[in-house]
Order: sequence, then structure tokens, then C-alpha cells
Amino acid sequence: MSDTLTATAVLDEPAAAAAPIVNDLTIHVATVNGSGSQSSNNVLMRSIFQMGVPVSGKNMFPSNIAGLPTWFTIRANKDGWIGRKKEVDLMVCMNTQTAREDVEALQPGSLCIYDAPLNCKSMRADVTFYEVPFTKLAGELTQDSRLRKLLTNMIYVGIVAELIGIERDEIVAAITKQFKGKQKAIDPNVQAIDKGLAFARANLPQQNKWRIERMNATKGKIIIDGNAAAAIGAMFGGVTVVTWYPITPSSSLCESLIDYMKQYRINDEGKATFAIVQAEDEIAAVGMVLGAGWAGARSMTATSGPGISLMAEFAGLGYFAEIPGVIWDIERVGPSTGLPTRTAQGDIFEVATLSHGDTQHIALIPHSVSECFDFASEALDLAEMFQTPVFVLSDLDLGMNNWMSDPFTYPTKPYRRGKVLSKEQLEELGGKWGRYLDVDDDGIPFRTLPGTDHPFASYFTRGSGHDDHARYSEKPEVYKATVDRLAKKYETAKRFVPKPVIDRRGGASIGFIAYGTTHYPIEESRHQLRGEHGVEVDYFRLRALPFTEELAQFVAEHERVYVVEQNRDGQMADLIRLELGEAQRKVRKILHYTGLPCDARSVTNAVLQMEEDHELNVLRVGIDPGVHSQVVTED
Amino acid sequence: MADSTLKIGPEAPKENRLGMKALDYQGGKTTLCAGCGHDAVSNQIVRAFYEMSVKPENVAKFSGIGCSSKTPAYFLGRAHGFNAVHGRMPAIATGAILANHKLVGIGVSGDGDTASIGLGQFMHMVRRNIPLIYIIENNGVYGLTKGQFSATADEGSKLKTGVINDLPPMDLCALAVELGCGFVARGFAGDPKQMIAILKAAIAHDGLAVIDVISPCVTFNNHEGSTKGYTYSKEHDELLHQIGFVPAYEQIEVSYEPGEMREVDLPDGSRILLRKLEEDYDPGDALQALNRLHKSVTEGSMLTGLVYLRPEKKSFISLLNVIDRPLWSLGEAETRPPQEALDKIMRELM
Repeated sequence: MSDTLTATAVLDEPAAAAAPIVNDLTIHVATVNGSGSQSSNNVLMRSIFQMGVPVSGKNMFPSNIAGLPTWFTIRANKDGWIGRKKEVDLMVCMNTQTAREDVEALQPGSLCIYDAPLNCKSMRADVTFYEVPFTKLAGELTQDSRLRKLLTNMIYVGIVAELIGIERDEIVAAITKQFKGKQKAIDPNVQAIDKGLAFARANLPQQNKWRIERMNATKGKIIIDGNAAAAIGAMFGGVTVVTWYPITPSSSLCESLIDYMKQYRINDEGKATFAIVQAEDEIAAVGMVLGAGWAGARSMTATSGPGISLMAEFAGLGYFAEIPGVIWDIERVGPSTGLPTRTAQGDIFEVATLSHGDTQHIALIPHSVSECFDFASEALDLAEMFQTPVFVLSDLDLGMNNWMSDPFTYPTKPYRRGKVLSKEQLEELGGKWGRYLDVDDDGIPFRTLPGTDHPFASYFTRGSGHDDHARYSEKPEVYKATVDRLAKKYETAKRFVPKPVIDRRGGASIGFIAYGTTHYPIEESRHQLRGEHGVEVDYFRLRALPFTEELAQFVAEHERVYVVEQNRDGQMADLIRLELGEAQRKVRKILHYTGLPCDARSVTNAVLQMEEDHELNVLRVGIDPGVHSQVVTED
Repeated sequence: MADSTLKIGPEAPKENRLGMKALDYQGGKTTLCAGCGHDAVSNQIVRAFYEMSVKPENVAKFSGIGCSSKTPAYFLGRAHGFNAVHGRMPAIATGAILANHKLVGIGVSGDGDTASIGLGQFMHMVRRNIPLIYIIENNGVYGLTKGQFSATADEGSKLKTGVINDLPPMDLCALAVELGCGFVARGFAGDPKQMIAILKAAIAHDGLAVIDVISPCVTFNNHEGSTKGYTYSKEHDELLHQIGFVPAYEQIEVSYEPGEMREVDLPDGSRILLRKLEEDYDPGDALQALNRLHKSVTEGSMLTGLVYLRPEKKSFISLLNVIDRPLWSLGEAETRPPQEALDKIMRELM
């Protein structure tokens, strides 16, 4: 083997002599999509997880099947900070299209493994480079060109492992898991790992700046993406009718659900206790959900922003005619096609009042895979209890990326099916009932299901004006009474939607308000603000629409509240302002909308700046001056 | 012109097998124009469901938006009804049938609702073979918005204002045949006997039954120059055959000469009898069906009868292999897998 192929450790880094940073590093892998790097990255992430180190994995991929750049970021952090961190410690450059930008974006002092022909070492002098002849190494493993490409990616896992100290046994265990115990797939991948380990051992200088060491913070934990978690939750929540239309980033929710339902929801006679339909579009998907909800089934669909737009008309029908159904919105960057494979929290306005006329929707906002699991059944319950479409707002980051979590808790509560009159109840009532009568003074009427064997069970559902016996009506007082009752029903919902999670630090004069995946940078930012600046910030994590009474109370307790979210306009902050009245002057916006998940440092810096200058009402963060975009255009 | 139906069996009794009267199948008072073809179709639906002894409580009625789509309020008042959004009734009906496949579903749409805004959903409903009777009350115009042409208006037909339609019509029967629908028929609101026979066969059919019924709009499309008015339709009605329907519960022997009659057996034991007219017509032959439909368009005739039948085609419910009990009625015992299932899933993710 030629010496010229070995790495060039160019720096006389003082850090090299210092104690290593243990279990706190970010690995960024740049590859070409369609090259099978997803498996390698999962194996790398999982082997760190199996060493007991908290870890998260974020896939930044193009809207493309093969040939465009893709990145995968693994963050290992002993303190459990699993939100995105912008600074990369260890770069793996495998993509000629992006190598220069990838290297230029690195912090001085970071490490960079690269495929030999990319010649990254010529690009900078303040980064430690490790040159690896991947093609040659893979060629020594197999002559099959397709397999060679896949194994190339597994070789870098071995290289990384040797450099930072990931144990071989854990990699082998992760490979076994990744390839579901199939020996034919496991063997060549393990050989590739060994190839990487051996090459690095023999040819690359050791580094002692970042190390992964065994700890015990992941025992008993699972790794799962939010979409799969939602699917499992829906299955255990008794969903029976599921409709969907493929759209990134929501498709995997229904695809996971199909897999699980086939495994666990076929009865002893081989019959399905569910129906799943791939619809012709999102309009049909939501129509089927409402048709099923009307006939009494626990029904749901999953989509993303463009699908939500198409569902607008039916959402109004569901609201006005009072029909249950659950709609998951795995948010991506809009408007229009936007950045279909990047994350955002940009559908808040749209979902809150989706459709024409006066509409208000219940929405649940999970922040974790475990809340995806819980809210999946919660949403089915609320939809039936309130006889209305219920939305669940997740996002690409939560839905498609891998998250560590405690195992989910088995649900023991019975399903809440809402106010449905049976044949027997109708008999007791002597057939006297009105579909839209507010008999309980909570805005929620009773309904009957088609097929109920009673001559007075039927009623006529319509999106046009109707009275409290579901008869057609255009009378001014009847219309007003109907929509006023719907507003009352929404008031009632405040008592039933998930309450916010509030963390007070005692004496803090400022507070954060955030929701969904912004939770992770917020928690880390609070840690930074306290540890580095002695600034305490309380935290209100919003979990649902409508807002509950705790919101105004939290704002009243603080001099300023920072609403942090991942959209340009501060959509939730504006909804909060509408809710608050005079106290709205306390609301400040910190907005991160680059398509990448929000990071803690951006939030921390923004808070410090806005605390210096109370006139600053809004800060848009996330792009540091002088940073080049890594996004490559399609042509 | 020959009769469109065959006389089989006795006159319908005053009470059906459920002990119910025709009155029990009526709905609210119509608000459509006097003489509207749609009201005639509503009466035919009442008659067919009554005579077939279908319990109205087991029926679910669906519609989209338009004059036609108002009609489910005017028949089978004891059945739940759902007036959906424009062109999207197939999705609502699909969802409802999935939730409760024991329901007898009937959808009423119009040519505006189906052939334009709802064309996509119509085609996918056909493709899935949703067990549903889907009636298109076809009058060639948008009535509720006051008389604009629809996509089924014939080429050369004239609006009252004198505007001539110069686009070719969409033939929904041909489209349904092309997409493999297992039951395609065309009726005429002015021929109740034929419509009732078609409707009864549709009730017995397990799968989607598309019935395109020419149903004149007396206000906007019944004038001279219209090709979907009463006079034109009566003059140009071309029968494929005479239809007789023998329900499963009636053991009636029908005698006929060899070659004179075709018999189609439905899975529930009902029989459809079709007596040959001038030309032999095989309703199981999709190419012949398309051929006759095309010819009728060229000749300007209104072809009616059972256009295409494939009763053995599997319905969506049977393809999905769902449990016999309606999905809506399943509780925790059937739909919440046990604790061990969750434990197993969790272990796999560790």
C-alpha cells in the first residue's frame, strides 16, 4: 500500500495533547442519494446508541431518487441534547458534487475523512484530513459493481469507528439489526466494516480530540421515527379506516401502518379488522375519512401541506356538518412545492382555520415520538367526542428522522366514542331527538349512525344550512345559532385537549413558548443561557389548539415571552397575540426557517440580543453571515 | 317500439315482505321544478326498494351537489342521507361503505357533478368496484346554476339562449365499461318500468352499479333543439333488449324459445332476463357494448338497457378481505392488539 494514500495530519493542534471530548460530537456524512448510504448511516448511529450514548440522526435529502447530494448528521451527546447542532466535528466526504462546500463549511480544527479522488486536503489547512481509497478497498471486497457501491459506504463506518472508538461488536450487532438477521446481507457488510477498521488502524494517524466511550444512558430505549410511532399509536388506538395519498414526508406513516396492521390486526379467521385505501388524491383521501367517520369508524389520513390545501373544502364540511376524522399533517417547507424534503412548522395558520367561512379546528402538536404514539389515539378520541376533523401537526424532522425514546406505554383507557345514540336509547327517547340539538349545553350534539335499526334514527347530513333537526334552513337566526353553537363546542374542547407542559425555574422574568420539534433547541438553549450567561428562562410547551387558559396566565407571569418557531411569519405567535389582548405586547418572535431543524445556539444568541434591546420584536435566525448554501440545484 | 320490460310474476302486493308499505319508503316533499325527470327517478327508487323489500334503515343515501343531489332528501326518509360536496360523493360513499359494508348504498349524482368536477372520483370508484348504486341523473345542463351546458351535452344541442354546444359529449356508460365496471345501465326517467327493473337488478348486484339515466330538465333543457328533453328522448329511445328481473326469493319459471332470451345469474340467486330485439346483444361483451354506444352517439339515438354486466367481479370489500362485522362496530377487543404485541414491537426497536 502506498504511503501517499495515508492521511495528512497537517495541524500541530494544541487540542491533540489535551484531554479528549468524550461522547459529544457531531458527524456529518455527505453522500449521493440512491447509493445506499442510509443503511450505513443507520448502522453508525445505532452502534453509538448501543454503546449507551444518547444520539440522534437527521437525514437531509433531496427531492430525488438517485444522483443528488444527501447528508446525514449524527449527533452524539452525553447530556442528551439531541436537537440539531450546526457545527460539524467529523465530516465524511463521499460526494464529489459537494466536497468543496462541505469542507469550506467546517469549523477550524474539525476532522474530515474523504474519498481519495476528492483531494479535500488541498482545500484547507486548518482541518485534519484522512484520505481513504474507498474504491480500491471496496474492490478488494467484491467484483460486483452494485455491491461495491453499497459496501463503500459501510467501509466509512469502519473508518469512523476506528478513529473515534466505536466498538466492533456493537457495529456487528447494528448490522444484524439493520439487515434483519439475513446472513447473506450481514456477512459482506461486516467484511466491509473490518476492511475500514483495518485500513484506519494501519494507515491513519490516531486522533484524540473526540472519543466515543461506553456509558449507560440508552439502556432500555428505542430508536424510531415519528411517523412509525404515529402508526403504532393509531393501531393501538383502534383506527379502522385509513386512507392516504403518497406525499413526502408523510408517506412512511401510512406505509408503516400497513406493515404493522398486516402483522397485528388480522384476526384468527384471517380477516382484516381494518381497511386501508391508497386514494387517488388527498381530496378523496379526506372524503373517505369523513365518510367513514360519519358511518362511525375511527378513521384517519396522513398528508403534508399541499395535501392539506386540497383538503380545505372537505375540512369545512367536516366542521360544519360535524363529522369526525383525523388528519395528520407532517409539515414540510412551503408554499407550493417548496422544499419537499426539508422541515418546517409552516402550516399553523392554514390548519387552524382550514376552509372557507368561519372555521376553527382542534389540532394536536406532538414534540416527540412518544407523543406521536399517544396523540394518535388521543386524536381519534377527540374526533369522535367532538364530531369534527382533528388535525395532528407533526413535521419532517419528527416524522422522518430517528429519535431515541423510552418505550411506549401500553394504552389501557377504553376508546371514547362520543355521543352516539343506539337503537335502545332511541327507543327510550321515543324516537324524539335532534341531530344538532345542544342538549348538554356543551355545544356537542348527539348523532346516530347509518344502519341504526329504528324508524326515527335517520337524519340528513349536509354542508348547507341546517336547523337543530338537520333540516335544510336558510333562516338568519338558525344559521347564527348553528355557528354560535360550533364556537361553543370549540370552547368546550379547551377542557379536553392536551394541556401545555410548563417548566418554571422560579424567578424567571422571561419565558419561551414553543411547540413540536422546536422543543429540542429550546431545552438546550435554556441550558446554554443558564450555564453560560446566568439567564433563567421559563418554558411553556404548547401541545394543542385551541389554546387553554394556561397560556394567558403564563404570559401574565412574565415580562417578555419569546415564541420560537420554524416559519417566516411567526404564525403561532400571531395566533397567540390574537388570543391575548393587551398582553400581546409581551410577545417576541424568534423565527428559524431554513428548511433545516432549528438549533439551540441560534435561539440563545437571539434571546441575548433581544434582551439587550427590548425594542426588537422579531429576529429571524439560522443563517450565519458568510455561510454558503450546501444545496445544489437539480440541473 | 317494443316494451322495455318483460312481464314476470304477479303484480306487487300492497305490503312487501317486511310488512312495509310503499309509503314507508317515501321521503320529504320535493323542491324541484314540476315535471322534473329527477322526481320521476326518485319515485322509481321508492318503488324498487319497496318491491325488493330492502329495509330503509339499512340504506345509506349519498349525493354531491346540484339538482340531482338534492333528491336523496325526497326518497327513503328512514335512511340516513349525506349530501356531500360537489363531485366528491364517491369518496364519502367509499368511506361510509368501508366503515359499514352491511349498508345498502345508493348515490345520486348529476352530469355536472359526475362528468366534470367529479370525473376523477367517479373513475376511481369504478376502478375500485365499491358496492354502491350510482345514479347519474343526466340532463345535459347545470340546472341549479341556471342552465349552462354540462360535459354530457350532445354536440350540436342548443341552449334556450340559442348557444350551440360544439364539444363532444362524455359518455359515462362507455367510460364505466372501459374501466371494467361490473354493472352498467342506461335508463330514461320517462320509462319507469325499465328503470325499476334496472334498479332492482342493481340492488341485487354486489359491486358498483352505474346507472346513467336521461332525466330531462323541464326548465332549461326541454325545448326544441335540445337532445335531452322528453320529446327528443322518447323519439330516439333505442332499446338494447327487454328486461325482466326475477329476485332470488321468487321461484318463477319463465318459458322462452331457444335463442330468444339471455339469462344473467347474480351471485345472490337473482336472475336477469333479457329478451332479444332486432339485434342479439350480449351484455357480457365489453367490445360490443362500446360499439353500440359509439354507434348510438353517431346516430343521435338514446341507447337504453343493461349495457354491460359482469356480476362475478369482486367488490372492493371482498378484495380488502375485511371482517364480516362492520368496522365501525369493532371495539378494543378486536382492534387493540395485546400488551405482548407492543412489547414485541418495542423490543425490535431497541
